Amino acid sequence: MALPKYTEPHYRIWHYIYLTICGAVFFFLIAPLFVIFPLSFNAEEFLSFSDGMKRLDPDAFSLRWYKDMIYGTKNPWGLAAKNSFIIAIFATIGSVILGTVAALGLSSRHMPYKGLIMAVLISPMIVPLIISGVAIFFFMAKAGLAATHTGIVLAHIILGTPFVVITVTATLSGFDHSVTRAAASLGSDPVNTFMKITLPLILPGVISGGLFAFVTSFDEVVVVLFLAGLENTTIPIQMWTGLREQLSPTILAVATCLIILSTLILVTAELLRRRSERLRGINR
Amino acid sequence: MSSETKQILTTDGIPLEVSLKKAEKKNKIKAFLLVAPLLFFLIITYVFPIGDMLFRSVDDKMVTQMLPKTFKAMENWDGQELPDEEVFAAFHEDFIKLVEDKREGKLSTQLNYTKNGFKSIIKKLRRASKKFEEGNYKEQIMSVHKRWADVEYWRAIQRRAPEFTSQKYLKGMDMYVNEEGKIVSVEEDRRIHRVLWLRTLEIAFFVTVFCFLMAYPIAHLLATLPMKYSNLLMICVLLPFWTSLLVRTASWMILLQQQGIVNDFFVGIGLVADDNRPEMMYNKTGSYVAMTQILLPFMVLPLYSVMKTISPSLMRAGKSLGGTPFVAFWKVYFPLTIPGIGAGCLLVFILAIGYYITPALVGGASGTLISNQIAFHMKSTLDWSFASAMGLMLLSGVLVIYWLYNKLVGIDNIKLG
Repeated sequence: MALPKYTEPHYRIWHYIYLTICGAVFFFLIAPLFVIFPLSFNAEEFLSFSDGMKRLDPDAFSLRWYKDMIYGTKNPWGLAAKNSFIIAIFATIGSVILGTVAALGLSSRHMPYKGLIMAVLISPMIVPLIISGVAIFFFMAKAGLAATHTGIVLAHIILGTPFVVITVTATLSGFDHSVTRAAASLGSDPVNTFMKITLPLILPGVISGGLFAFVTSFDEVVVVLFLAGLENTTIPIQMWTGLREQLSPTILAVATCLIILSTLILVTAELLRRRSERLRGINR
Repeated sequence: MSSETKQILTTDGIPLEVSLKKAEKKNKIKAFLLVAPLLFFLIITYVFPIGDMLFRSVDDKMVTQMLPKTFKAMENWDGQELPDEEVFAAFHEDFIKLVEDKREGKLSTQLNYTKNGFKSIIKKLRRASKKFEEGNYKEQIMSVHKRWADVEYWRAIQRRAPEFTSQKYLKGMDMYVNEEGKIVSVEEDRRIHRVLWLRTLEIAFFVTVFCFLMAYPIAHLLATLPMKYSNLLMICVLLPFWTSLLVRTASWMILLQQQGIVNDFFVGIGLVADDNRPEMMYNKTGSYVAMTQILLPFMVLPLYSVMKTISPSLMRAGKSLGGTPFVAFWKVYFPLTIPGIGAGCLLVFILAIGYYITPALVGGASGTLISNQIAFHMKSTLDWSFASAMGLMLLSGVLVIYWLYNKLVGIDNIKLG
């Protein structure tokens, strides 16, 4: 953002102050994430930069904590990772199916009580997690699903669907309904039309909603804390326990892996968003 | 349609109006059937359980069911003087049954909530009741302990007769029903919950203010920079947004600890002495810093999406009409961003008011919020009805904001990423 030549000096100074403030805020946002990265390669057991690390001495760095994460004795991370992925995948599938179908209904202009129903469907996103946790725990305990994978998957479907509903309704808002009418006039039944015409067009929205649902489930700790038994431990639960008891560098190794995972998800989501905007013909 | 004009018929001879209505109804049902699976799933697994919380929070059947005959006999008692023999006999009958089921301990715990001093006299009564003779229970019970002859204790029992109670809600606001049945506050130094509510509001409010002050300039920068730079900078906002909450909290724990990097830096530039490092974690400061950074993207994104739609020519027009850049900003640009400010502030406030994980890890004792108290009662004291009551009090606050949000911004205008 270059300033025009005729800018007066004191506005020029203001402009640089403004840029400095922006720089500081961006630093505040992103820098904490990059602290974890080097510290997870620490050869020692401390959570601060050792003198060796400050001198960039290769001996001060090691993969020790990554080895501990994978091969460590009585290590909970393997089971936790397995559980986290299983739960997140099933929760995503459930959220995507329920959420997409509901979004199709909600975007129909014939839908009665649209505002009210939308408010109910979005509520798990708005209601504080601790309250959702208590409520879902009461339900699962009554249904005999506490401390089971099924219970946790159902809980995460509840928390994940609002994201799918929001992203898919947003995609459908730019959807040209004449294409489905054209398909119908050519003799296609509704299911076939959906699979062949609608779904491919709204797919970016569906996938990005699915990514939100996946991340929500993968990162969710409040509700799981109420529901999980020892067998259902997940990565967030292990991190939570670890952070409460003692901050070990192994946690930082796990955290680094999670940051890499979230970077991958971010890139995918970004690419999908751009593709979706291209498909819907929104030029920016 | 006036009666003179001929009704328009479809090819099947049905009036067009009727036919259209039928089609409309069919479409409505179709749309509703698509929404139905998710709606019913949520109603069963989510909405009903929240209703269940409401029920639990006011439910007080336990004592009612333990002393059914006593409460029946008490119906005619005015509560002025000691109840007569009928009540004592009924109480004895109920009590013997409880002792047989080994449930008198539960009764004493419950009654002790209402009035202190029930625990010991119920224990004494249990021992003495084995030697009771038939008839004249009033004399016999009163002789066990002088408190049984105190009308206050019988009034305390009578107060537990209703099946529903607002006691848990009062407790959540540090109030209780005293002996005369009036609602009063607890002593000044025992008002823990009011302190928590106020602190929750305070932290949520200031986190929202900080987020707004930090998000406004960078959202403006992102919206005005050319695409190729702004896309790069957008990553700085989106990467934290997509990263696990626990990872971000962990990084703050590393940064803020006493031997941590922020303190090292302060010592390095000579701001504080090495042996006098400030405590930045396990107190309010920790909650403020970590929550502001974690919630910042939720403020930036709505602001950005609103600012993106404001044409830069408006600012130029303002300036060309003689306004200084500040006047042009204040009179033209700022008012246009108000919808974004509203959306962002409400979103951040709603999220902050219910925060649990981050305050629990970096907040210490002085930085925890109402959610931590709810979790504490769910997991440690197992007073689920109290946890439910506190949860619903929090929920009603959030729903008011949610309603406001819906009025101002509209639920369907929530944008993600």
